[in-house]
Amino acid sequence: MQIAAQIIGFLAALVLLTAFGMLVQRRMTALIHLFAWQGLFLSISTAVVGFMAGQRHLYISSLLTLSLKVILLPYILHVLVRRLRIHREIETVVNVPLTMLIGVALVIFSYHLTAPVRELSTLVTRSVLPIALATVLIGLLMMITRRHAVTQIIGFLAMENGLFFAATSATYGMPLVVELGVALDVLIAAFIFGIFFFHIHTSFDSLNVEQMARLKEGD
Amino acid sequence: MKLYPFVIEILQILVLLAIAPVFAGWVKMLKCWSQGRSSPGLFQPYRDIRKLFSKDVVLAENASWIFRFTPYLVFGVALLAGCIIPILSTDLPLAATADVIVLVSLFAIARFFTALAGMDIGTAFGGMGSSREMTIASLAEPAMLMAIFTMSLAGGTTSLSQMTQVILSGQSVFRPSMAFAFLAFLLVAIAETGRIPVDNPATHLELTMIHEAMILEYSGRYLALVEWAGMMKLFLFFTLGIAAFFPWGIAASGDLYAVFSAFFFMGLKLGIEAVFLVLIETGLAKMRLFRLTEFLGSAFLLATLGMLSYFILE
Repeated sequence: MQIAAQIIGFLAALVLLTAFGMLVQRRMTALIHLFAWQGLFLSISTAVVGFMAGQRHLYISSLLTLSLKVILLPYILHVLVRRLRIHREIETVVNVPLTMLIGVALVIFSYHLTAPVRELSTLVTRSVLPIALATVLIGLLMMITRRHAVTQIIGFLAMENGLFFAATSATYGMPLVVELGVALDVLIAAFIFGIFFFHIHTSFDSLNVEQMARLKEGD
Repeated sequence: MKLYPFVIEILQILVLLAIAPVFAGWVKMLKCWSQGRSSPGLFQPYRDIRKLFSKDVVLAENASWIFRFTPYLVFGVALLAGCIIPILSTDLPLAATADVIVLVSLFAIARFFTALAGMDIGTAFGGMGSSREMTIASLAEPAMLMAIFTMSLAGGTTSLSQMTQVILSGQSVFRPSMAFAFLAFLLVAIAETGRIPVDNPATHLELTMIHEAMILEYSGRYLALVEWAGMMKLFLFFTLGIAAFFPWGIAASGDLYAVFSAFFFMGLKLGIEAVFLVLIETGLAKMRLFRLTEFLGSAFLLATLGMLSYFILE
């Protein structure tokens, strides 16, 4: 039990590390790899939680995470990046060291925010909750600080990872029906994003979302 | 047979003085092999030092006492640090005089004086090297201290030998905070010892050198001392990493047999660590100077995450 809790703690730390890695990474392929790694850590930790709590359905959601977030979504993103010939992001809105500091502040903030929950919860995984919340917030920060549409999508998917992690750590996972629904949603969303990116790319010649300011009527 | 603590202290200094050049030679040798060149041999640093000691010193006319004093200070600091870091045994009488924070500031003093000496002569390169070195130092030191604070939190002490003892008696295996602190330490150690992504120890190209630019004006025995101290610093950072993160094998008592096996394990671990260092050095290209803020910023980030995960997860 103690060992399992330590393993989960370690995996949580790795999830946080990959979240920060995505926050500062400039290269598109490395970013997708980091996203896949995060999914892998998430999937392993879900399986460990399932083993520890004796919840069978967590194995299924672990496998779902593995197939969807480690294999399928990174593959789709890779194909997208290769087809659209994006390798390097143009620039970030805020410079990298400052983004890192904001990220650290978000971790501290989520630690404070989840303090009452940790006091009340009796689950072994309760200490992981602040990290899950921090992953959500860092995903959000990534969506704010990046100008590129693909990176924003990866930020969005990282947020979803964080939510999934929070559900696993706070309540030993959502009901399986809900998880299946969310997984399907994410998959469909990825396909729709892919189609949209092609269209945006053909009409704007770039995936920089700043360009979309041109959409509004000139005054 | 029990050894007196001060005998161990003397042994440590001897090991530091003797093994540091061999270690530097080993790193150079591995590097040559990995790049398909023939190497100058394991003992080349000894030959270099001996050659430099027998040469005359050429001093600039306007060199002040700082310039002449700095090599001795840098060398002395390296020796003192060698007495504090548990290289062979944790049973060190001098370890009580300084904890890790003092250790960091000892290295800072050495760097401060090297930077002053670089500017003392008044050549352009010296000043440029000093300013670059201080830029790196101002970014590396907070990260270093943060990593050390994380280690001290985990060990419950700032004394390095006590910290090593705590880890040697180890309770928990999976410590995310230690893993983060180790990664941060790795990045800082690369920056502090002037290895490749940050500084190239082998270059004398004007625009890229950092540490070499500061000591460009040294010659003869002064240069020998500075170079020797540089090798000792590399050795010390590696043994500091071993003592803080992989202390298994370091003797906890003054037992002669334990000290000998500690020496053996030290050699083994240093040999392996050198391979990793060389892999990093040959695998990466030297970074642009303005990229260093990101490099050392991520070291600081990792150390801070280590500290946070200590509070959150442990």
